[in-house]
Amino acid sequence: MSHQAVSEKRIGLEVSLAVAEAVKLADVDAIAAYPITPQTHIVETLSEIVANGELNAAYIPVESEHSALSACLGTIAAGARTFTATSSQGLALMHEMLFIASGLRMPVIMAVANRSLSAPLSIWGDHSDVMANRDVGWVQLFVENGQEALDITLSAFRIGEDKRVLLPVMVNLDGFTLSHVVESLIIPDESKVRRFLPPFEPLFRLDPLNPIMIGAIGIPEIYTEARKALDETLTASRIVVDETFAAFKNIFGREYHCIETYRSNDAETILITMGALSGTARLAIDELRSQGESVGLVRIRLWRPFPFDDIRAALGKAKVVVVFDRAISPGGPGGPVASEIRNALYSLEPRPKIVNFVGGLGGRDVRAKEFIEMIRTAKSKADAIDPLLYTMVGVRE
Amino acid sequence: MSNLGIFSARLLPQEELFVQGHRACQGCGPAIVLRQVAKALGPNTIVVNATGCMEIIVSPYPYNSWRLPWIHTAFENTAATASGVEAAIAILKKKGRFYTDRERIKVLAIAGDGGTADIGLQALSGALERGHDFIYMCYDNEAYMNTGVQRSSATPFGASTTTSPAGSASSGQFSQKKPLAEIAVAHHIPYVATASPSYPFDLIEKFKKAREIVGPSFMHVFAPCPTGWRCGSETSVKLGRLAVETGIFPLYEVVDGKWRMTVDTGDLLPISKYDEVRDIRGYLKMQGRFRHLTDDLIDQIQKQTIMTYKAILARCRE
Amino acid sequence: MLMKLLPAWKELEPGCVVTTPGSSVNYKTGEWRSYYPKTDEDKCIACGMCWIFCPDASRRMVKRKNPKPGDLYSVYFDFNFQFCKGCGICASECPTGAITMVQEQAR
Repeated sequence: MSHQAVSEKRIGLEVSLAVAEAVKLADVDAIAAYPITPQTHIVETLSEIVANGELNAAYIPVESEHSALSACLGTIAAGARTFTATSSQGLALMHEMLFIASGLRMPVIMAVANRSLSAPLSIWGDHSDVMANRDVGWVQLFVENGQEALDITLSAFRIGEDKRVLLPVMVNLDGFTLSHVVESLIIPDESKVRRFLPPFEPLFRLDPLNPIMIGAIGIPEIYTEARKALDETLTASRIVVDETFAAFKNIFGREYHCIETYRSNDAETILITMGALSGTARLAIDELRSQGESVGLVRIRLWRPFPFDDIRAALGKAKVVVVFDRAISPGGPGGPVASEIRNALYSLEPRPKIVNFVGGLGGRDVRAKEFIEMIRTAKSKADAIDPLLYTMVGVRE
Repeated sequence: MSNLGIFSARLLPQEELFVQGHRACQGCGPAIVLRQVAKALGPNTIVVNATGCMEIIVSPYPYNSWRLPWIHTAFENTAATASGVEAAIAILKKKGRFYTDRERIKVLAIAGDGGTADIGLQALSGALERGHDFIYMCYDNEAYMNTGVQRSSATPFGASTTTSPAGSASSGQFSQKKPLAEIAVAHHIPYVATASPSYPFDLIEKFKKAREIVGPSFMHVFAPCPTGWRCGSETSVKLGRLAVETGIFPLYEVVDGKWRMTVDTGDLLPISKYDEVRDIRGYLKMQGRFRHLTDDLIDQIQKQTIMTYKAILARCRE
Repeated sequence: MLMKLLPAWKELEPGCVVTTPGSSVNYKTGEWRSYYPKTDEDKCIACGMCWIFCPDASRRMVKRKNPKPGDLYSVYFDFNFQFCKGCGICASECPTGAITMVQEQAR
């Protein structure tokens, strides 16, 4: 599946290939990846462009996702700009390494084509894979469309490799509904990318001329300090994210923020979404607005570090907040995003009612009219609905 | 016995790259191995270490027992991390970004028998298949020693460990030791060797050879553990010698598929005497982990040992 | 080598990287032993086998106190009291039996 990329011209490109294009523009040094639906097009394209000399990188076709991230830690330790990609079961398999990557402060950049977790086995998209990894200490972003997938992947290198951050970065794109669609997008010009993204200069490197020890034992006397340092660093990385987005706008002209608001400034009811379904949600907002309803949309782009202040500012004046989750925490508070929104808004007095809907699981599509129904239900039943209960959209009882 | 390049300890490099102050038990066999290996490979080496005894004893923050660059990520992925280090050095050199104008840097992956034969086998197999240029060394103390002497697939038949304890309903380890070197040979890599720290010159020669290989080498090194094997701390080197002399751990190397025995079993006996090995009782009786063995079981082990040894010998004579 | 054992979180190196190679020499494992290896200088032939077999690199070459005419080497091997753990391997392996393990006196 090859393509001709022409800089700064608008072309039609499958989003997976756009992610690969971003990796190529970033002049990555090493890729260690294992194939899994629906990430396969990303890694196939990458190995193709390495094979035909378009990208000068080491492509290590490892034998499992756990080994993929393990090999990436090895490449970063030697000072190589590193990329990998996975989904679902693969992300779950490399779970222990996710903590190790952030604990060792290794800026691996990873694209996750979000896919639901087995069992039952599902290759189709939802956010359950990434929601199982909220605590791993990575910077985590969600993209909505192809242009964003390319732009944010490129930005991820600048964010993660910044000496004030040095943390791994996860770029989440919805499996199939985003990864496999062809969109019209702009491939950034290489010279602009060179201005935007400096070469990777690691803080520490495995070098016989300067021997260091990476991965020492965190005895009880220092483990607490190490976790504190990680949390402070991840929280403080917000500054670098903002700076990066500002630089991106400056050089490429496209503007990104940690959250995106759509017609929500004066909205009484605000819908919260993450990822590709936000596009559909916007159609619902437009339809409701045309019928005179005071509704808006807030889309979360930066998931970790969580943008508490931005959320409070965007939602504080609303009466009802409708949170749409694409994953569920069984036996717990319904959807993970709703759970975090409740957390963020708890300190506000007065605070909006929060109504949680869980849907789009295992690749089930959510239509604009379903979003409209969710918002209408939330508005009418906001006072009645137990705030801790969620409603599963479209489930056959 | 082959003509060794170095045959006297006084001819070895004095520099210690694996230094004092590590937390290994008194008489630790693996520690002797690491010290000798460091001398064989020299300062232009990067160490990738699995979780285990040799990782724990060298890295309690902020104490560092290595004078080489060293990385530990997790338990089962040594070969994968080493693959990454090796590939990155090569590409950075190729792109002119770093490691240019350097003498050849060798990557050494170190893992125990548990981290190799059990949980680490997948990563090892993958790295060997992909042909990365590194040395993978398994120091074999025949159990998960660091966590308290639990059995691994490299624990020999009949050994009592905490998860294969001898009791009225069990005689210890129920399976035969996994033939790690043979598994490596089956991957058709350029160099595979077994070694014992009790034969330091043979070990050092083999590691020097492995260093020159372009591609993967696998070294299976016998590493007696007095703590886990329940024997005196002063017996480590003697046990490493007895294991070779009784045929339990023959010392050989396989160069591009060609097998060669490198150390005689016995006191400089001529090659025709390879067919005879010492009585295994001398080796077994020294260790508390074999204390429970009946005569029948010892006979069984003796027969199995001779059979396995002769099979290896046959391959060396092809 | 000054190493802080209880750093504040801001003082910790990122990823708890240890930048001092060989810093374990600050930890004196010699305190572990109950027996120490006593070398009979006259029997020692300075072969170095005790040195290559020591797990703790705790054998060191020392100048002979009373070198005899005809001595091939002016050194013999003694133990490093800072780090020797008293395992007894050197005593067990010495080809001339020059080393005996002697109980440490109570201090």
